[in-house]
Amino acid sequence: MLDTRYSMETPEGIALQLTVAGPGVRGLAFLVDLLIRGVVQLLLALLFGVLGIAGYGLFAISMFAMEWFYPVLFEVFWDGQTPGKRLMELKVVNDNATPVTWSSSVVRNLFRVVDFMPLLYITGLVSLCVNSQFKRIGDLAAGTLVIYNSPRKPMQFDSDASARLSPIPLDLQEQQTIVSFSERLPQLSPQRNRELANILQPIIAEKDQQAVDALVEIANGIRGKQ
Amino acid sequence: MKQAAFESRYQATWLAFEKRLSIELPRSGKSNHGDDRELEPEAGLKSGGADEVDFSFSEAYRLICNHYALAQQRGYSLSLLDYLNDLSMRGHGVLYRSKVNFRYRLIQFLLFDFPQAVREEWKLVLSAGLLFYIPLIGMVVGISVFPELAYSVFSPEQISSIETMYDPSAEHIGRERESETDLAMFGFYIRNNIGIGFQTVVTGIIGGAGSLFYLIYNGLSIGTAAGHLIQLGYHRPFIGFVAGHSAFELTGIVFAGAAGLKIGFSLLFPGRLRRLSSLTRAVAESVTLIYGVILMLLIAAFVEAFWSSNGSIDFTVKVSVGVGTWCIVLCYFILLGRRRET
Repeated sequence: MLDTRYSMETPEGIALQLTVAGPGVRGLAFLVDLLIRGVVQLLLALLFGVLGIAGYGLFAISMFAMEWFYPVLFEVFWDGQTPGKRLMELKVVNDNATPVTWSSSVVRNLFRVVDFMPLLYITGLVSLCVNSQFKRIGDLAAGTLVIYNSPRKPMQFDSDASARLSPIPLDLQEQQTIVSFSERLPQLSPQRNRELANILQPIIAEKDQQAVDALVEIANGIRGKQ
Repeated sequence: MKQAAFESRYQATWLAFEKRLSIELPRSGKSNHGDDRELEPEAGLKSGGADEVDFSFSEAYRLICNHYALAQQRGYSLSLLDYLNDLSMRGHGVLYRSKVNFRYRLIQFLLFDFPQAVREEWKLVLSAGLLFYIPLIGMVVGISVFPELAYSVFSPEQISSIETMYDPSAEHIGRERESETDLAMFGFYIRNNIGIGFQTVVTGIIGGAGSLFYLIYNGLSIGTAAGHLIQLGYHRPFIGFVAGHSAFELTGIVFAGAAGLKIGFSLLFPGRLRRLSSLTRAVAESVTLIYGVILMLLIAAFVEAFWSSNGSIDFTVKVSVGVGTWCIVLCYFILLGRRRET
């Protein structure tokens, strides 16, 4: 099945749901990092340029560090995120969803060389596309995943809501559909909300905004609000 | 239990756990698991109306997992499932993150892990060593018999630049330079040599072919340069220059080749594992060698930039230091880490 969700069972017996990130956003994150690195290297070149020949040595060392260890240091000390990944809301974790370690980060970034070959990350892209978890060679070798790390919305525990009973008995899936609908109202346009609610007009005997309100109340009833 | 009742009953627990996560997740990666119980009382979790209990983090985390499993099984709404999934995931990250003391790991690496890894992989290290030294020595011997052999590896321009570098009449042996350029060359060696070391390791993934290429190629070029300079009678400046760092640099190259071959062989001969698992395992096992390559080549770059290139040091001193470092390096890998102290 074509699905970016990946379920990982933990020792506690629960299945954590991870959403793996595809080539598009990862490419964007890489470009952001490339830009940042470019700017920093330019600044360092200007700074060390003043120091003459000895400055060249410092510059070469900084180039070496930026080329190989820029992603490693960020991933290890910044919760699996380089600045580009943070901007794109991505993060690197080990296959078992634990924070990335020194070894796995070093390995996945060393293998960038292989992913880059023959040019422009073509090998990495092919690997990403033939793999159900969007892993480039470095991820395969190191056992890491790049997942979405969406910002946490505070959970709404609202209590002042009116509820009503559904006019017909609903099975579990139908109940979940209605509750999901009520939770997603703010993400859809009012027109679309009404359009969707109108599908149930024969059952709830309401129309447009009244139908939406009725569905929200039924959802509240299902969730157990009084 | 209806979802609303479930939420109102446990939301205090979840909010407390959220707060706890933000305390438990220090940026530095240092562990504070030992002092779980010293957290402020607010961070302790209240469990369903019972008296305030100060759980340890793992207990609190298991409680959240329990709630998540319940919520999934009872078919609660997606937003609650997402919320609890997120809480569990962050808790999982905190509980199972690696908790190692960097200084302890470093000492462990230097005294035990590195020499042990080299001995453990002795077959690969030996193979990589043969692949590197046979072309090297072959070229030295070959050129002493057929001097024109050097031109089959290097172009005439490269050969003449090698010749000027080690010309005994030049004031500074090695690469021509002032002492203030030592730092510049240090940077150059680091970037260049360690970069090549990394390439040697990772290109091993093509069934070992990349590592094979770099080992033989480096062996041939070093052997050609050495053979040609010896044949010209420039052996004193050449040996004086390379003596100090050769032990570190040549072993570093061999270890890089060994790590690359290990990675390549894991794909060619996975044994009873899936190729992918075999690769992941081989890579995890060669990480120690990779760290070792970085260490050896760093030392080599340092010695090459600040000692080997120093023209004012006497030839005999340089050669004896070179012999000394070879002895130290060999003893290190043969003797260290035989006994694990606790």
